[in-house]
This record gives sequence, structure tokens and C-alpha cells, in this order.
Amino acid sequence: MNHSRVNDLYNRHYGGLFLFIVVLAIVPFFVNSFFLSVLILVGLYAIVTTGLTMLMGYAGQISLGHAAFYGVGAYASAVMTGTHGMPGIVGVLVGVILSIVIAVLIGIPTLKLKENYLALATLGFGIIIFTFFKELKEITGGLNGFFGIPSFSLFGFSFDTDLKFYFLIWVLLIIGILFSKNVIDSRVGRALRSIHGSDIAANSIGVNIQQYKLKVFVLSAVYASVAGSLYAHYVTFINPNLFTAMESINFLIMVVIGGSANIWGGMIGAIVYVLLNELLKDIVPVFFPNVGGEFQIVFFGVLLVAILIYMPQGLAPTLGKLWGRLVGRKSKKQAVTGPPNADATVGGSK
Amino acid sequence: MSKRLLEVKGLTKAFGGVVAVSEVDFHLNQGEIVAVIGPNGAGKTTLFNMITGVLPPTSGQVFFDGKELTGKQPYQIAEAGITRTFQNLQVFENMSVIENVMTGVHCRLKTGFLQAGLRLMGVKKEEQQAFDIAMSCLEKVGIADLAFEPAEVLPYGNQRLLEIARASASSPQLILLDEPMAGLNPQESRQLVDIIKKKREEGMSFLFVEHDMETVMGISDRIVVIDYGKKIAEGTPAEIYENEKVIAAYLGTEDEEEAI
Ligand SMILES: Nc1ncnc2c1ncn2[C@@H]1O[C@H](COP(=O)(O)OP(=O)(O)OP(=O)(O)O)[C@@H](O)[C@H]1O
Ligand SMILES: [Mg+2]
Repeated sequence: MNHSRVNDLYNRHYGGLFLFIVVLAIVPFFVNSFFLSVLILVGLYAIVTTGLTMLMGYAGQISLGHAAFYGVGAYASAVMTGTHGMPGIVGVLVGVILSIVIAVLIGIPTLKLKENYLALATLGFGIIIFTFFKELKEITGGLNGFFGIPSFSLFGFSFDTDLKFYFLIWVLLIIGILFSKNVIDSRVGRALRSIHGSDIAANSIGVNIQQYKLKVFVLSAVYASVAGSLYAHYVTFINPNLFTAMESINFLIMVVIGGSANIWGGMIGAIVYVLLNELLKDIVPVFFPNVGGEFQIVFFGVLLVAILIYMPQGLAPTLGKLWGRLVGRKSKKQAVTGPPNADATVGGSK
Repeated sequence: MSKRLLEVKGLTKAFGGVVAVSEVDFHLNQGEIVAVIGPNGAGKTTLFNMITGVLPPTSGQVFFDGKELTGKQPYQIAEAGITRTFQNLQVFENMSVIENVMTGVHCRLKTGFLQAGLRLMGVKKEEQQAFDIAMSCLEKVGIADLAFEPAEVLPYGNQRLLEIARASASSPQLILLDEPMAGLNPQESRQLVDIIKKKREEGMSFLFVEHDMETVMGISDRIVVIDYGKKIAEGTPAEIYENEKVIAAYLGTEDEEEAI
């Protein structure tokens, strides 16, 4: 019946994506090695934030503990490949399985909580996992760190240069984004968004909200774990301080910068965050020779608050509109039928 | 016609010391429109919350279509065939109008995370199916032309219609409407009455709370009257119209209060 119109529902045109992929494929050949390493870091973060965007942006569940899953992936890969000499994929899979188990155990009790408490609970969970990384010295090396993680290889192909690793990460990221996009543009995505919109209404029309919250929490943990595994292979040395609550908050900042209403938001947030961070590292010492990393913390704290106040949807919608203008596609859904006067009259019956 | 669809037995809810609903019994037959009326704070919304699983009852039971629903989660009750609307609107403001209603089709579809993420066969078909069902629900309440608008920009009256479309999307046997006419102008109210009557002809049953007596008298087959949490009367509109307890209850209190 309404074939054309069901296709209007979600923007599933891939022209823009194709262009983006072309740019991604060309860029590494025109940048220096430092910038390439920055792009790799962006890609790794973006995998985490794409999963988080589903959890936070779409389902409205705040997590301040995802650095822990990033760390679980990293240590699983470090131990499997570094200590036991297993293939890279085994490390990734062990990390994923561990993360799923932990996410289920943590998720069942905490996802029943309201947003603020959930944030606190996941923060606490992150600190517990951090303590494990620190104290399980036999396995993780404790605060001294874990050295000598081999480079990642898959089916005999070793990703031993930055260029190869760049392609690995960004291909994985694009796959991750497409998977998320497909999830969002479906029954599952609507269920997740309905929980954010009104959990009581969602539940009352048949959405098993506990189950959906748990599943999207687990999925976001898997994204973080995979990224963490690859991160470990990339840097070859990890220590618990890479997976602190501060890192979880950085992920949150990226998600907020990018915006919650768009699946590309996670990636955009990661790009903006990492670039700003690098820029600050260069600029700050010029003006304030004596300050260190505190300045970054203050800066991103202020930025977080500013975005929440002035741009609660984040950068993605604004960039999306710009992009629409660029390719000349009119953004529909602009028409406003009437003032949102609901709260003026709510209830007050008779 | 007279198959018992919903049966409520001794339903009671205490909030600490406040007994909001006390030992309420009533039933609803298939195809009936039953009204629950009572002064503000009488316990009507609390009664609805217990029937739909939003609140666990302190005691008492709910049977639906021969099965016990007491203690079940709201989503399970929706799956069993009861959906509802809310006194204070609970539209999904983060979605378009059509997506709101497509979410209402949720329990009739199957697509899960993996299927959706990999866009396996069947997903597209289900999307089309959900879209078509949602569209026809929107057409029935007369707001199909707003399908692609963000739900949050709809005027109040249309949001009420949207909630009804969403609640009917899974073709439930029974819909609970909590003050569906509140905030509607007379023309919108008449439109809503027509919609309810039409849906009843299609076999749907309704249990609704309403303060607008003209509507209540006009479309109800039976009326249940609640005051201070207790059922004080039950009968046809004509019987209730003349019931002295009901008149007393209504002359007694006239305050306005709000709850879910
Ligand atoms: N969650 C709650 N906690 C404590 N008391 C509650 C709660 N919900 C309702 N009540 C109380 O229970 C009583 C019944 O409330 P309820 O909302 O069911 O009334 P109502 O008949 O729907 O009223 P109205 O016509 O104003 O909607 C009221 O005294 C109310 O204050
Ligand atoms: Mg009420």
C-alpha cells in the first residue's frame, strides 16, 4: 500500500555515506603519522560512543561506567594474546563474552533504577572494575601496567602498521554504525526510544522495558569491549589508569557533544572531542605555561554544561541540516501544526 | 455478546495509610462500554493502574478472558489484550506521530536486535506491516495527515487522539481510557465519541473514566461509581442518574486534583 511513505520514515539514503567512505579512504594518505594516530584514536572512541548513543541517546539510560567495558576488552586481549599467545580474535571474543556476562549481572539490578541512580550505580561499578584491574596484579600487572601486547592479526594478516590499523578500525566503526542504524530504524529502535519517551506508556503498550534496557546495555558494552580490545593491540601497553571513571565521563561528554538524536552523533562527538583535546594540548601551554591537564577537565566540563543548555540535541542535528542544505535535500518535518500547548491544560478535568 | 471479558474481584490499593481503592468488584462483558465515575481523588486512576499492571494491588484479583492477570507486568497485560491511555498524556514526544502508533504495534511483531541490526529478511516486511496498521489507526481517529509530524508539536486534542490510535494499534480486546475528553473542546469530544462507538462496532470493548456526564450517559452501557475508593453504585445510565448515593457523592466534593 503505502510503499513510498514507509520509505520516508527513516533516512536510509546512502549517497552521503558513500562520499564519507571515499574521504575516509583517501585521508590517511595525506596526513602525517601523528594525525593518523589521532584518527585511529577517534575511530576507537567512536566505536564506544556509537554503542553509548544507542543506550543513552535513544533509550535514555545514562551510563558512567563504560570505560570499565573498554578496559575489560583491553585486558582480555592483553592477557589472551600477550600472556597466552592466543590469536587476536580470541582476545576480542573473550572480552566480549566477559563484558556480556558483567553487563547482564550489573544491568539486571541497576537498570530498574531511575536515571540519576543508574548513573551513580554504573559509576560505582566502573570503580569496582578499576579496582580489579589494579589489584589482580598476577594477571593484569597492576598499576605497573601490562607490557608487550602484540599487534592484532586476523587470519594470518597482521595489522602492524598505523595505516593498516586505521583501516581496520574505521571499517569496523562503519559496520558498527550501520548495525546501530538498522537497529534504530526498526521495531527495536522504536521500543528503545519509547522507553526514553515514556517508560510507563511503553510498558503499557507491550514493550518489555526491562528486557530492552538490558539488551541495549549489553550491546553497548560489547561495542566498548571490542574497541578496548583493539585499543590494547594498538598501544601495546595498558594500565588501569586508562580505564577510570574520568574516561567514562569523557565518553559521556562525546555522546553529549555529538547529540543523542542521531546515530552518527557518537562519531561526531568523538571527532570533536579528540580534536579539541589535541588543540588544547597545543594551545594551553602557550598562554598558561604552568597549568596541566586540569585545564582540559574544566574546559570540557564547561562545554558539557553549555551544550546541555544551548544545544540539548548536540551537534549532529545542526550538522545534519547543514549537510541537507549542501546536498539540496530539504529537511521535511519542519511544519508545525500548532503550539505545543499541552502542559497548559494537562489534566485539569471537568 | 455477554461473554465476561474483564472481572475485577475485591481489588484494593493502600498507599501507606491511605486506602485509595477498597474492595472493588465489577465486570465488563465483551463489546461493552463501561464508565467508571467518581469525584476527584476517588481512586479511578489507581483502579486503572492496578488493572493494567502499573501498580501491584494490595489485595484482590483481575481476570481477563478467563485468565488471571493479577501481578503481571504492564507489557504482559498489553500482550494479553488490554491497552490504555493516560489521564496526563504520555505521548512519545521524541518520535513522529506515525512512529508512536507503530510502537503500539510492537507486540504483534517479532523483529529482534540481531535481525534488525543485520536487516535480515522479514524486517522490511514487518516495517511495512507496522506502517500500514499504524496508518489505518491514524485514519480512524482522523489525524492521518499529521503522520509525519513530530508528536510533540500536536495540539492537545490531537495528542489525545494519538494515544487512542496507539492504544488500538495492537488490536486489543479492551481499551482503558482515563479521562479521554479532558481538555477537548465540544467538537473534539463528539468526534471522540464517534470513534469509540465505531471501534465498539468492530468488537472492541472500553472501560473509561470520565467527568463529562453528558458523554458518560450518552455512550455507556453500564456505569460503576466510586467514592473514597469504594464502589457505591453500579447500573445503567438511567439507574445511576437517579441513584441517591451518587447524587450525594457528587454534591459533596467538587475539588480538582491530579494524579497519573
Ligand atoms: N502513588 C501514590 N502514592 C500515594 N498516594 C496516591 C498515589 N496515587 C494516588 N494516590 C492517592 O490515592 C487517591 C486516589 O487517587 P486517584 O488518582 O486514583 O484518583 P482519581 O479518582 O483518578 O482522581 P482524579 O479524578 O483527580 O483523576 C488520592 O487520594 C491520591 O492522592
Ligand atoms: Mg484520575
